[in-house]
Amino acid sequence: MNINLTLIGQTISFALFVLFCMKFVWPALISMMEEREKKIADGLEAADRADKDLELAQKKATQQLREAKEEAAAIIEQANKRANQIVEEAKVQAVAEGNRLKQAAEAQIEQDVNRAKEDLRGKVATLVLAGAEKVLGASIDENASSELVNQLAAEL
Amino acid sequence: MASEELTQTGYIQHHLQNMAYGKLPEGYVRADGSIMEQAGWTLAHSTQEASDMGFWAVHLDTLGWSIALGLLFSFLFSRAAKKATTGVPKGFQSFVEMVVEFVDGVVKDTFHHSNKLVAPMALTIFVWVFMMNLMDLVPIDWLPMLADHTIGQGDGHLFFKVVPTTDPNATLGMALGVFLLMIGFSIKNKGIGGFVKELALHPFNHPVMIPFNLFLELVGLIAKPISLGLRLFGNLYAGEMIFILIALLYSGGLVLGTFGAGLQWMWAVFHILVITLQAFVFMVLSTVYMAMAHDVDEQH
Repeated sequence: MNINLTLIGQTISFALFVLFCMKFVWPALISMMEEREKKIADGLEAADRADKDLELAQKKATQQLREAKEEAAAIIEQANKRANQIVEEAKVQAVAEGNRLKQAAEAQIEQDVNRAKEDLRGKVATLVLAGAEKVLGASIDENASSELVNQLAAEL
Repeated sequence: MASEELTQTGYIQHHLQNMAYGKLPEGYVRADGSIMEQAGWTLAHSTQEASDMGFWAVHLDTLGWSIALGLLFSFLFSRAAKKATTGVPKGFQSFVEMVVEFVDGVVKDTFHHSNKLVAPMALTIFVWVFMMNLMDLVPIDWLPMLADHTIGQGDGHLFFKVVPTTDPNATLGMALGVFLLMIGFSIKNKGIGGFVKELALHPFNHPVMIPFNLFLELVGLIAKPISLGLRLFGNLYAGEMIFILIALLYSGGLVLGTFGAGLQWMWAVFHILVITLQAFVFMVLSTVYMAMAHDVDEQH
């Protein structure tokens, strides 16, 4: 129970242990714990944010779905309109084409008729001449008669 | 106990004597009657020898146990600090973190200045003192007997106290460390002038009262480490004494011995509270003293 050198020894070892703790134990533990605290706080915050994000994303998805539906409907409507338009246009075109073909056919027919008439006229003249020759039994002045016949033919 | 009769008084005295290694003068008559031929360092063989060694003696058991426990604390905690990750703490690491958090909370409550030393000091004091106190729960004869049969001669001659905090040298030594830190921080924060002024002009701020103030404040100042060290010592010494008295019952036959075993268990359970509380009190008071040393405009 005497006070002796042990006192000094204890003081020195106290100082050394405190120093050791200050250098190697306390800062590492405290900084680690603060870091973890921050990490947990960040994690909680992130979870909160994720919840909000999810809600937002769901809202956005619903909206986009609605928009897409609307858009699709609009496109279908437009397509229908366009189809009707194309059908109408085709009808008009077909009518026009038909008319054109009819006119061309009519013109062709007229032309053919005219050509047949000319043909016929020529052939009638020749026939008339040949007939007259036979009737008269004599050759007539070809020039004079042919002119006559031609005149006749023209009158036909 | 070889030189003393195996009496109850002898048993108690033996248990209260530290293993002193000190210097005895030339011509000193030892306990066994031999005479020191020249002055030299030796182990004390009796309480009388130990007290005759005066200041130049070292309590090997006190220093040995306190340093061993301090090293254990340093090793365990630095290993935990090195291994510490920000992941989920497991086992010993979470225990260490719990202690550190607890100490950190206490320090933050009482100490509001920025100082890198105070919190680690509080942690060291708390754990170290607790471990030293904890040695009190080891049945009082186990370790001394073990020591007697290993490092001693097995004749019961070796003095061996396992609880460093029942040695006033240990508690006052730590209190002295706290005291030096306190003076150091006071001077650092208030300047020598400020420190002296605080001593001289409190509690009565008048030049005439300076000697009176100085007397009051110096007594107050010195009383801090003394009370800090003696409080811990007194509590643990008393607890140890009860354990020794209970242990005496073992020599009183089967009935008394069984009764003693029950008593020892009860006292040990109660003592768990005491040793924790004393470690806590030592830590808190040290922190409070540090805070005082930092409070520049402290008013009494």
